Amino acid sequence: MRALRRVLGLGRSGRFRLLAAVALGVMAAGAAVVLAGTSAWLIARAAEHPPVLHLMVAIVAVRAAGIGRGVFRYAERLVAHDASFRVLTDLRVAVVRQLDRILPGSRAFGNGDLLARFVGEVDGLADLWVRVLLPGAVTLVVGLGATAMMVALLPIAGLVMAVSLTVAMVLAPALSVRFSGRAAVSVAPARGAYHERLLTVLDGAGELMLYGGVDRALGDLDEIDGRLRRAESRTAWGAGLGTAVAVIAAGTGLLVTLLVGARAVGDGQLSGVTMAVVVLLPLSVHELVALLTPAAAQLPALASSAKRLLDVLDTPAPVAEPIQPASAPAGPIGVRLTDVTLAWPGEAPTASGLSLDVPAGSVCAVVGSSGVGKSTLAATLLRFIAPAAGRVELVGAHNVIDAGSLVGDDLRGIVGWCAQDAHLFDSTVAANLRLARPTATDDDLRTALHAVQLDEWMARLPRGLDTMIGEHGQTLSGGERQRLALARVVVCDARVVVVDEPTEHLDDRTARALMADLLRVLAGRTIIVITHRRDLLPPKIPVFTLTAHGLHQTLT
Amino acid sequence: MKPVDPRLFRAAQSSRSHLAITALLGIATAVLVVTQAGVLASAVARIIDRRGADGLQFLILALAAIVLLRAAASWAQEVTAQRASAEVKSELRQQLVRRAVQAGADPTQHHHRAEVAALAGGGLDALDGYFSKYLPQLVLAVVVPAVVLLQMLRLDLIATITVAVTLPLIPVFMVLVGRATETANARRWDALSRLSHHFLDVVEGMPTLRAFGRGRAQAELVRASTDQYRTTTMATLRIAFLSSLILETLATLSVALVAVGIGLRLVDGGLSLRTGLFVILLAPEAYLPLRQVGAHYHASAAGLAAADAAFTLLEAPVTVWTGDAAVPGGGLTVQMTGVSVLHPSRDQPAPNAADLTIRAGEIVVLAGDSGTGKSSLLAVLMGFRSPDAGTVMVGHPPAALPLADLDRSEWQRSIAWVDQTPYLFDGTLAENLRIAAATATDSQLEVSLVRAGLDLPLDRHVGQHGSELSAGERRRVGLARALVRNAALVLLDEPTAGLDDATENDVLASLREEADRGAAVVLVSHRPAALAIADRVVTLR
Repeated sequence: MRALRRVLGLGRSGRFRLLAAVALGVMAAGAAVVLAGTSAWLIARAAEHPPVLHLMVAIVAVRAAGIGRGVFRYAERLVAHDASFRVLTDLRVAVVRQLDRILPGSRAFGNGDLLARFVGEVDGLADLWVRVLLPGAVTLVVGLGATAMMVALLPIAGLVMAVSLTVAMVLAPALSVRFSGRAAVSVAPARGAYHERLLTVLDGAGELMLYGGVDRALGDLDEIDGRLRRAESRTAWGAGLGTAVAVIAAGTGLLVTLLVGARAVGDGQLSGVTMAVVVLLPLSVHELVALLTPAAAQLPALASSAKRLLDVLDTPAPVAEPIQPASAPAGPIGVRLTDVTLAWPGEAPTASGLSLDVPAGSVCAVVGSSGVGKSTLAATLLRFIAPAAGRVELVGAHNVIDAGSLVGDDLRGIVGWCAQDAHLFDSTVAANLRLARPTATDDDLRTALHAVQLDEWMARLPRGLDTMIGEHGQTLSGGERQRLALARVVVCDARVVVVDEPTEHLDDRTARALMADLLRVLAGRTIIVITHRRDLLPPKIPVFTLTAHGLHQTLT
Repeated sequence: MKPVDPRLFRAAQSSRSHLAITALLGIATAVLVVTQAGVLASAVARIIDRRGADGLQFLILALAAIVLLRAAASWAQEVTAQRASAEVKSELRQQLVRRAVQAGADPTQHHHRAEVAALAGGGLDALDGYFSKYLPQLVLAVVVPAVVLLQMLRLDLIATITVAVTLPLIPVFMVLVGRATETANARRWDALSRLSHHFLDVVEGMPTLRAFGRGRAQAELVRASTDQYRTTTMATLRIAFLSSLILETLATLSVALVAVGIGLRLVDGGLSLRTGLFVILLAPEAYLPLRQVGAHYHASAAGLAAADAAFTLLEAPVTVWTGDAAVPGGGLTVQMTGVSVLHPSRDQPAPNAADLTIRAGEIVVLAGDSGTGKSSLLAVLMGFRSPDAGTVMVGHPPAALPLADLDRSEWQRSIAWVDQTPYLFDGTLAENLRIAAATATDSQLEVSLVRAGLDLPLDRHVGQHGSELSAGERRRVGLARALVRNAALVLLDEPTAGLDDATENDVLASLREEADRGAAVVLVSHRPAALAIADRVVTLR
């Protein structure tokens, strides 16, 4: 719950609208209560056969409440939705700001799937305001107001109402929260086991079909499915307890009010007409309160989303920006590593004792088997993370500066990145390229596409540079995607380029052609190629092998 | 959107009994609502008449019983709904998984498999809200007004007519406004998914954005796009919420009209106080369930969307395999001629009119760029998919038979296959190997491990998905499994990727042994060493 409170603090820009929505909601709910109370009074009074004129005020009030309720409710919903979008903006901006500090240096997200789920959870958190906070506040205000009114009419009935409303507003939702939280916890292991086995079976469908293991595998899966089903069924007994408690609270309140009302009428303390109001008015308040219990059931899920969001927001930035940033050296730049230790933040070092000197304008390659820290090296060169020990320096013609003395974005203006998992955005060709240099002209972009031999592909595009390339560039083949990413590096002004596994997921012929083109179009810049495919490297490039104990030049 | 998907009740048995229970509980609730109003009206009228609590005991007891019964009914409703939902989800999961596994290793069905994984792995949970919230409310919305109106008819004709006239207007207006906002709504959902997608795209691309120094600018772009989304959405919401404005206003205004009418007739002396109270307690109950159906719109839409996705998958056409002929004996020969396979998301077939001959004792290497249909060709060969054009003949002419005429399980029993990511389950190495050859002895298993270049004990636990092995080891387990099967046709997809030169040569030598014992070996690979041992190389274009 602490997490929820902190998250509530994040969504500030919707707060005046939320207050307005609460006010409108109170008026809408108030209209319903007034309608119920006044009708009760009207009927009971009318039965005493007074002149019709005596009923006029009540008649007008009933009609006004009848119209007002719908109108207030309409306004409340509009204002509340507007507020929730503003809150959503706040949450998203907070996430993007933080990710700009920690990705990819923090490995909080194992894979894209987790990331997508996280994004969904952030968006879902906007419900906290509109679906939980708003009805809660409205009910509280209306409940207090109605109780005050009851106290004025018959103090003991006010007390009864306070008790029954407290049970319905606190105990019933609390039961519902407790139940849905517990249900999620008790179902989670079965759900996890099922999901894991499901993926294994689906991935292995081919072999299972061929080898005749389908029946056994499906039998096993069905057994886990049964466990999941039984776990879910078991939790069913707790569902509805909250609702039942709310019904009993309202009903008991009604009974007791009827009794105390009858006694008050008998004592002459209360008129029959007022008694009708005292008995019937709480019904409409409880109708409103009943909506709280299902709303509260969402809290455990929202709380765990809130916790995940805060975990991300609280992740410390892996790199401290310099207090007095240096400015970048002019002219061609080389890279020098001295006794560097590579490590992801908070993890054990993957490799240490790395020393490497790449003169300005030269090409070198770093090879190594998987897991030895190649991607850690790339992240360190781009200063997404800081080296755990040692120095990374930029060597200009006249001076040498520590990479850490530059602001991260300035450093990455000098050191570019051509990566296996370079992201292509669901936008136009031009927008994807211009990311690298917003001032680039269309001609610059065409030149870059020509350099990476995408001109034929370009010619086929229906709208040229303005063609949308789809999610993750899905309209492109694997080779075309890598080439487009390469064109983006060509467009940028980086004087040093870290090329990180550019040929992953490509077949041999495409990979070989891409590697050759890459070295050709980037010629003149300082290039560090990091790869596990040394067979794709052209001859005459100095090759260093990365191991846990350093970089060793390999003779070719 | 339709309120109920009939397929849900056809496909999942447990949902039908749930619907029956829900209907019964709905009727019970309706009767209790009406009875409660009657008892309450009598009690209040009696207190006013007798100026005190005289003769109230029976009514109080009746009211207490009604309250308990209502609590029990609502609890029973939730319990049966949750249980029904658990059962329905389980039934659908089992059907979906069976359907997906049948597709085997057909690359053209990959997207189906991803959808099944998403649905069975959690997407179907959207049905929970549908069963536990929406469906019971829908039943109440039909049953309660009917019961309430029947009771009102016995009390007061004019009030009954007022309610009976306005009640049907609510769904009519909802449909009318719904129609008017349908296109606007569709646009809104479109915008919603586009803008959520923009946020996800930014988040996923953040490393790339940072590399180009564009990370910081994204916060403002995300703010602008979300704000723009808010403005456009609010414009459509203003119209969309009109339906509930009309609904609320009609409902409350009708109740107000009934109350005023009753009040005036009470003054005239045409009604008793009890009847008047009874009617004004009943009138709002007639509208309440209808109003609340609208509140569960989200639960219904999400549940029905999940159900629809499931049924779309379940109803997609499948390859029906009817052949039952025996596999021709005497050394395997397969002749594939002009084979093409269409893909749902591509214009060009892949493979496109491919020819391939496979003979016992030969190693054929299948080469070609990514996307030329090598995996699809293997899927056709394994009988997971019928080609969209071309023929596949098995056996020596003239006795050759079309592949589709053969008994599929017998044909598949003669095949060994090494996938790029082999299926490994949480068990020992021996257990994982034996799925391909149930009767193999330990020494046969050990020999196959050695031939696959793997030095691991048979009782080694491989972990879920083979998580305790390296990627190269996993691939070699798949290879060992193919070797121990002693199959007539051995198919391999890049078996030596990620292996060092020495291991690669050992593995290729084992494949040569397979060919020498009379197997037909088909190998998808680009590696020079693999091309070197090929008897023939077939390149797909």
